[in-house]
Amino acid sequence: MSKTVIELQDIKREFIVGEETVHALRGVSFSISEGEFVTIMGTSGSGKSTLLNILGCLDTPTSGEYYLDGISVRKMTKNKRAILRNRKIGFVFQNYNLLAKTTAIENVELPLMYNGEISAAERRERSINALKAVGLGDRLEHKSNQMSGGQMQRVAIARALVNNPAVILADEATGNLDTRTSFEILVLFQKLHAEGRTIIFVTHNPDIASYSSRNIRLRDGHVIEDTINGNILSAEKTLATIPVNDD
Amino acid sequence: MNGTNLFKIAFKALSNNKMRAFLTMLGIIIGVAAVITMIAIGQGAKKSIQDQISEMGSNIIMIHPGGERRGGVRLDASEMQTLKVADYEALRDESIFLTKVSPNVSASGQLISGNNNYPSSVNGVGIDYLDIRQLKLDEGEMFTEEDIRTSSKVCVIGTTIRDELFPDGSNPIGKIIRLNQVPLRVIGVLESKGYNSMGMDQDDIVIAPYTTVMKRLLAVTYLQGIFASAISEDMTEYATAEITEILNRQHKIGEGEASDFEIRSQKELSDMLNTTTNLLTTLLACIAGISLLVGGIGIMNIMYVSVTERTKEIGLRMSVGARGIDILAQFLIEAILISITGGILGILTGCTACAAVKYLANWPVYIQTWSAVLSFAVCTITGVFFGWYPAKKASELDPIDALRYE
Repeated sequence: MSKTVIELQDIKREFIVGEETVHALRGVSFSISEGEFVTIMGTSGSGKSTLLNILGCLDTPTSGEYYLDGISVRKMTKNKRAILRNRKIGFVFQNYNLLAKTTAIENVELPLMYNGEISAAERRERSINALKAVGLGDRLEHKSNQMSGGQMQRVAIARALVNNPAVILADEATGNLDTRTSFEILVLFQKLHAEGRTIIFVTHNPDIASYSSRNIRLRDGHVIEDTINGNILSAEKTLATIPVNDD
Repeated sequence: MNGTNLFKIAFKALSNNKMRAFLTMLGIIIGVAAVITMIAIGQGAKKSIQDQISEMGSNIIMIHPGGERRGGVRLDASEMQTLKVADYEALRDESIFLTKVSPNVSASGQLISGNNNYPSSVNGVGIDYLDIRQLKLDEGEMFTEEDIRTSSKVCVIGTTIRDELFPDGSNPIGKIIRLNQVPLRVIGVLESKGYNSMGMDQDDIVIAPYTTVMKRLLAVTYLQGIFASAISEDMTEYATAEITEILNRQHKIGEGEASDFEIRSQKELSDMLNTTTNLLTTLLACIAGISLLVGGIGIMNIMYVSVTERTKEIGLRMSVGARGIDILAQFLIEAILISITGGILGILTGCTACAAVKYLANWPVYIQTWSAVLSFAVCTITGVFFGWYPAKKASELDPIDALRYE
């Protein structure tokens, strides 16, 4: 049995909106082991964004326990959670969230800039390696506004990899990309999965589930389905069937 | 958290927005430049007034009779007869703090030479008078102690008198000029001093031995005043005290009684003028200070807007592990960098403006180091002060909201 990276125990999250209490999560429990590629699916309002925020240590649950890499997150202060995010989590967002007018390498270096233990030389070396890993080794000095959507998302993935996180959290990471580019990104995620990385991919696109190793389905704040995917499709093969867009 | 990294982050953020950074700086640049220029102009005015005073003889001390009441009527100084030649001699012989002493009596009237005449006055003085008033001879010679002793009818004239009485340009030395029927032989001409800061013609002067003026022109036994110069300007106060002591003794005035003379030094005059110019400097500094404040508010404005504009960036930074304090530090460093760079550019601009004022408008300007240091310090403090609020606001953003911000 491999190491448990994420453990959720009866997570509840309530928001008070005016007079009403909104129950976004009504008791979610599951655990994710190292090396899993999990898709979390659900329609809007199912609580998947709230779950993602909690998993990403951006938010804390109202009740229940969350252990990230064995560390209890629930009672952590804002600053400690920031440090935890810096060391344990890599985010990939739907809209890339790269810094404007900034080169690829500088974007990738960003998480390490907030880690005082890493020297400038090591920072640069790790960033170059991360960019090579996503296939952008030749575009280090390209600025974010000179890149295509797929390239920007690759930079964002490199940025998520650079701190060697316990888990990569992707939030609709292919949502802004066309089909072909989406699959290119998916190929990259499968490659990272094959290298043993833990990936959580939040999406509402059911197709993606068949490329991951496990699928968790949320509805109205409950987990309604949690299945291991016995037949993982290869994104690379699918990509080969998609015609190259010439127009 | 590594300070160097924060500095790099802030620097990078600024250099990505050079135009915005420059426009923000502009307020500070103008503010600092204004402070430096205004104060330099104020100080220039002050310095030029001081120069003019010291041209007149900054350590000069004037003693006039005064302060005496007769039957409740306060008398005009010129009618008082309390200052005597003996007082002058006592001051000359006993004083330690005075280097030069000269009596002063003045007879006014129409000066006549040939067909020309000119209204002026003849000052009866001692030999020291030239040094006290810092006058120099251009031609001829000064009268001597012998002339004073014998009350000889000689005089030394200023260039205005020469030009008025001898308009044909002939050499006045040896010529006779008359005042109230008394003929005086011109033995010297003084170097021109031009107008003083009060607009008085310093060349409209005739000096003669005081004995001559007292005996031959006025027929009086008292002096209208005594001029003296202290060892140095700083010593004027001691000299004043010393004169008071000697004259009180001479006039047999006891402790606590009012003196029958008045002592005036240029120090009082220069103090008064300094007050005026200081007021001017303060006024200019206030105007400049306000523009510095406006510059600071400019920083706050831009930083504040940029926090809103950069909400998403802040959210991203937080999601990759920036703590609130890191964001606060970044924005604060940005504000400080802007104000320090603005301050340096402002000092350069201020110095250039001062040079321009000096060479184009020909105004005296004196750049004060303290004004540069002060305005630089103020603009840095302004940067921190006005950068703090937006930075604080940025650091308190919720990363989830910030990331979702559109």
